[in-house]
Amino acid sequence: MNADARAVSAAGRSTGRKSRPISITTPRKSVLFTLVMGLMLIYTLTPVAWLLINSTKTQNSLSSSFGLWFSGPFSFFHNIAATFSYGNGEFLRWALNTVLYVVLGGGGATILATLGGYGLAHFTFPGKRAVMAIIIGAIAIPGTALAVPAYLMFSKFGLTNTPWSVVIPSLISPIGLYLIWVYATEAIPSGLLEAARLDGASELRIFLSIGFRLILPGFVTVLLLTFVATWNNYFLPLIMLSTPNWFPLTVGLSNWSNQAPSAGGQLIDNLVITGSLLAITPTVIVFLLLQRYWKAGIAAGSIKE
Amino acid sequence: MAASPGLGLTTPPHARPRKARRRWTGWGFLGPFVLIFLFTLVAPVIYAIYLSLYRDKLIGGNSFVGLSNYLTAIQDPVFHTALFHVLLLLFVQVPIMMALSTMAALALDSSRLYVASIFRMSLFVPYAVPSVVAALMWGFMYGSTFGLVANLNSAIHLHLPNPLASNYVLAALGNITTWEFVGFNMIILYSALQSVPKDRYEAAAIDGATKFQVIRAIKVPAMRRALVVALVFALIGSFQLFAEPNVLKSLAPNTIGSAFTPNMYAYNLSFNGQEFNYAAAIAIAMGIITMIGAYALQLGGMRRDDR
Repeated sequence: MNADARAVSAAGRSTGRKSRPISITTPRKSVLFTLVMGLMLIYTLTPVAWLLINSTKTQNSLSSSFGLWFSGPFSFFHNIAATFSYGNGEFLRWALNTVLYVVLGGGGATILATLGGYGLAHFTFPGKRAVMAIIIGAIAIPGTALAVPAYLMFSKFGLTNTPWSVVIPSLISPIGLYLIWVYATEAIPSGLLEAARLDGASELRIFLSIGFRLILPGFVTVLLLTFVATWNNYFLPLIMLSTPNWFPLTVGLSNWSNQAPSAGGQLIDNLVITGSLLAITPTVIVFLLLQRYWKAGIAAGSIKE
Repeated sequence: MAASPGLGLTTPPHARPRKARRRWTGWGFLGPFVLIFLFTLVAPVIYAIYLSLYRDKLIGGNSFVGLSNYLTAIQDPVFHTALFHVLLLLFVQVPIMMALSTMAALALDSSRLYVASIFRMSLFVPYAVPSVVAALMWGFMYGSTFGLVANLNSAIHLHLPNPLASNYVLAALGNITTWEFVGFNMIILYSALQSVPKDRYEAAAIDGATKFQVIRAIKVPAMRRALVVALVFALIGSFQLFAEPNVLKSLAPNTIGSAFTPNMYAYNLSFNGQEFNYAAAIAIAMGIITMIGAYALQLGGMRRDDR
């Protein structure tokens, strides 16, 4: 009972911080502050608005109209249909590839990080200190720094130009493991696990029925981070893949944009614009819907005092 | 590279020691991660270090050349220019972005904004936009055929310069990265501000502290650690810049060369020049430079902690 209460309060502390007490710390609203921030909001949303508006234009009216207002025939749905049918429907293929990389790479990374973070938080084992030091160090290693070396190594194994060459490197998220580790340390009382062990439950069962439930908010945060990271990945697939059949959306779109100015190339800016809009829609929606999770995750990860 | 510094992140407190019976159970949970970690992170680094110490010669084939590839890089003017570009972004764009993020975080935390939640959510949206799409959107807007700059010039007879001309292309690039990450950094700093116990502000108010005194004595120290984390991310992002210039290249082929940033140089050395050994040396050199920078940032951040 006591342990349960602590677990709940630990989870509650890091998930929701919505209400603020009304006191000296809640002053009057300021119009000036709001206006200045409004400028930043305009700066942030202008490119998105531009993308939305121009996805409704035909290739011809794109070049003959003001960028931030509608013009010509409303061809939003026509553009979407054209995006999916262009080049034998390669856009759909890229979208499905992206989903494959997100599910296998991002999902796999989240599962590995969750198991590992739980292991680090609640077990002692030989070599633990070395593992902790290496993982904390690895957070600072940028993925792009390793892309060229990883390509050279993967090509030795004949893994390049296969989906595995994109999925396998995506499976490691040191920052995700770190977040779960912090979260599991806070949210799961050791006493609760000890009690389950005394009852004779196996370690796997304890993890699945107690540990995993308590770190679920942390799990969702890491899932979001890896989802965005794999969805937005560009350098790694660009290096690893050579046939358009396996491209994700990012590499495919930049290919389309490269082909437009080339000699004899058909101008398809309207498709690049509509394709870009389609490519950002899922991540933006997921982010806005699940915002309380990423807020909690960032809070857990960056503000430890 | 494996021993690179972390992000000022602390080790969570140890779990209670367990009995010997369960000594190896932890490996069961951590094993899968460590196995793939070794294969995708540690092995490529070792392989790249190995490659960087060799050179493929027309006569005599693959031969050990020691640090010769690194010495070549130190004297390579193409590498210097690429490095200069990212250093300029690091020392000009990153401070501007951090200042904007800090001001936005302070404004959000001040509780003096109307519709604060709309600001908080919207400013973070670019983080969910792929860097390729960010570069495409801004590239179109910069463009002279149907970009906003061309629109403004013809509509109100302005003579705004082409943002993709060689004098401005770095600024145009810096604007894209600022747009992508200003909200992300704002959220990191804002989370740090939100962790300040409210009674500290009440105590300051009772003592008659002014708003600026509160910012200097309470809020800035509270943000320092998060600022170091954000700066390390920005440093890594600047040194490893690739996607944005590589996408913009098709719109500005005359101003963005194939070696505009160190990563683009390494990429083109490997894939257009087949100079894998030299490319590996560039990648490792950039990794070392990034590590030194991240470590220096943390030392600077920690030194102020002692005060």
